[in-house]
Amino acid sequence: MEQPGRTMLDKIWDQHVIFRVSDDTDLLHVDRHLLHDLGGSRGLLDLKSRDLKVHSPELTFATPDHAISSAPGRAGTSKIGLELLGSLRTETSASGIQLFDVDEPGQGIVHVIGPELGLSLPGSLIVCGDSHTCTHGGLGALAFGIGSSELTHVLATQTLIHRRPKTMRVKFEGKLPLGVTAKDMILALIGHAGVAAGTGYAVEYAGSAIHDLPVEGRFTICNLSIEFGAKMGMVAPDDKTYQYVKGRRYAPEGAMWERALKAWKQLPSDANAVFDKEITIDVTKIKPQVTWGISPEHVIGVDGNIPDPATVEDPARRAALETALDYMGLKAGAPIAGTPVDWVFIGSCTNSRLSDLRAAAEVARGRKVAPGVRAWVVPGSETVKRDAVAEGLDKVFTEAGFEWREPGCSMCLAANGEVVTPGQRSVSTSNRNFIGRQGPQARTHLASPASAAAAAIAGAIADVRTMER
Amino acid sequence: MPKPFTKLSAIAAPIMRTNIDTDVIIRIERLVGNGIRGTLGKWAFGSLRYLPDGSENPEFILNREPYREAEILVTGPNFGCGSSREGAVWALQERGIRAVIGSGFGDIFFANCFQNGILPIIVDKEIVDGLAAEVELTQGAGRIGIDLEAQTITSPIGKTYRFEIDPRRRDGLLEGLDEVAQTLRRDDEIRTFQAADAAQRPWIHFTGKQV
Repeated sequence: MEQPGRTMLDKIWDQHVIFRVSDDTDLLHVDRHLLHDLGGSRGLLDLKSRDLKVHSPELTFATPDHAISSAPGRAGTSKIGLELLGSLRTETSASGIQLFDVDEPGQGIVHVIGPELGLSLPGSLIVCGDSHTCTHGGLGALAFGIGSSELTHVLATQTLIHRRPKTMRVKFEGKLPLGVTAKDMILALIGHAGVAAGTGYAVEYAGSAIHDLPVEGRFTICNLSIEFGAKMGMVAPDDKTYQYVKGRRYAPEGAMWERALKAWKQLPSDANAVFDKEITIDVTKIKPQVTWGISPEHVIGVDGNIPDPATVEDPARRAALETALDYMGLKAGAPIAGTPVDWVFIGSCTNSRLSDLRAAAEVARGRKVAPGVRAWVVPGSETVKRDAVAEGLDKVFTEAGFEWREPGCSMCLAANGEVVTPGQRSVSTSNRNFIGRQGPQARTHLASPASAAAAAIAGAIADVRTMER
Repeated sequence: MPKPFTKLSAIAAPIMRTNIDTDVIIRIERLVGNGIRGTLGKWAFGSLRYLPDGSENPEFILNREPYREAEILVTGPNFGCGSSREGAVWALQERGIRAVIGSGFGDIFFANCFQNGILPIIVDKEIVDGLAAEVELTQGAGRIGIDLEAQTITSPIGKTYRFEIDPRRRDGLLEGLDEVAQTLRRDDEIRTFQAADAAQRPWIHFTGKQV
């Protein structure tokens, strides 16, 4: 009888097993450990207090992103943010860990710089104390977020104890309609299946629409895996992946590149691999998406109407909708388009790469941000910033009335005092519309970069398809 | 190193809303800084517990007697989804919570609980809803019993339910194991793996600072 095929998860997982801990739990080797300013120095100090050393500093890399200011000149980083930055510098230096510091090429949001520097590679196992580490799966890596205790374990041992997850394949099939992006694809999936559908699974995204996506779009898809409930999301590497990786600062070269390439080509799931769960999404039916509530699953097409709790039978679900509408200050049954906005945020590990900024600039070019709207563009990394400036995108934004800022996490999670004014409404290209995520009482609507730019220009949630040229 | 968890009989507070995320459990600004441990208990569920003027919200369950003394949370589906911040678990722990019972949890939150001696129990939604209803019926006076070794929950009116748990996780909690120390005992195997792997996948191990 034919052997059952192996999934990409199986292949990457098995390669990293040092020893079996129990039936379905293994001690795994960590190939790349990324540290940031919010938890990095805490972990290093924790290790020091236990009299332990960093096991493999050459596989550990750090950058400040969460707590630094994105204001021009980094003005306004809080006292505590500066302390964290200082302690990240001291502790990484003491442990021999490479730090990509403020204003240097290499600095940026961890999930932007890992791939950009060629640190994140196909087939590698990558962890970071941040739930959006799943982003790196866009290259065909096994990447996931960990907590502070696990972070200390990785620093001390370069390994992690982990239970093998179940496998799920999500196929996106068809040709993406005009004005619809990777962000809309993944939000549509979350709207369709819910925010807990991926819990316990490693998700592989496949299908013709994933094949057609540029690598940066695949990062956006994988980034929102955690909003689908899944710690891990991945896309099989292909020629686009190899082209993306080749020539990057830490990518292998010459003969080593050829060896790596040969290994990477073995990674995609076998044709006869069986997944524990399969979902198929027809992308031709997807419209630009926008969230209306307090969970990423509270999402509709931009031409749709806000749900009406009165039409929901289940009392718990009805109460949840009422809570969401109340927090968001929205009227049941009303069209979402036309809802006035106060803030627009273009940035975050979801949507701050060059292609994201290009898509937003395309909408902004020659237009003006509506009066009363504050619109920020926060590039994902120093390199993205420099590349965008080189092609004049900063000018496009500032001439339209957007603020052009320094790279970091900024208003995605508001760890740095950069918050939406309480009670005000924001359209954001980030990943979470949770209560208070962008600041106390902030009302967040998630959307793609093009849709966010359209909202800035219109001064209201707008259908980008009516604004494209 | 986590405190061992064996048995518990305690006041339980039902927090039944679906998808309570870790941002709601602890706001990010409370987690900025290296000296935050020990300061988080009063900020657990801050946006639900306090009104905008900073006073306690009398409606919120943990502000009411006897739930102020709760050591168990009975939770709605997908509790602890979202961010990986272990501060969410620290905040619950510093607030006095020792166990959470729900039909499902965010994956990273679930793992973080074990690291801090908090027992997350997954049972069917009907059981969770039943426990919450019994707690409410007794106006919080009815305690929930948990026996980790026997893997049972006893409801306020004395119904017993068995729960499943990864044996490794169970033993770790029962003994309060230090995973770092345990793993380091086998460091020679880690180093042997690294040496063999470096020959097979040199692009992973030679990151430009060694050669």
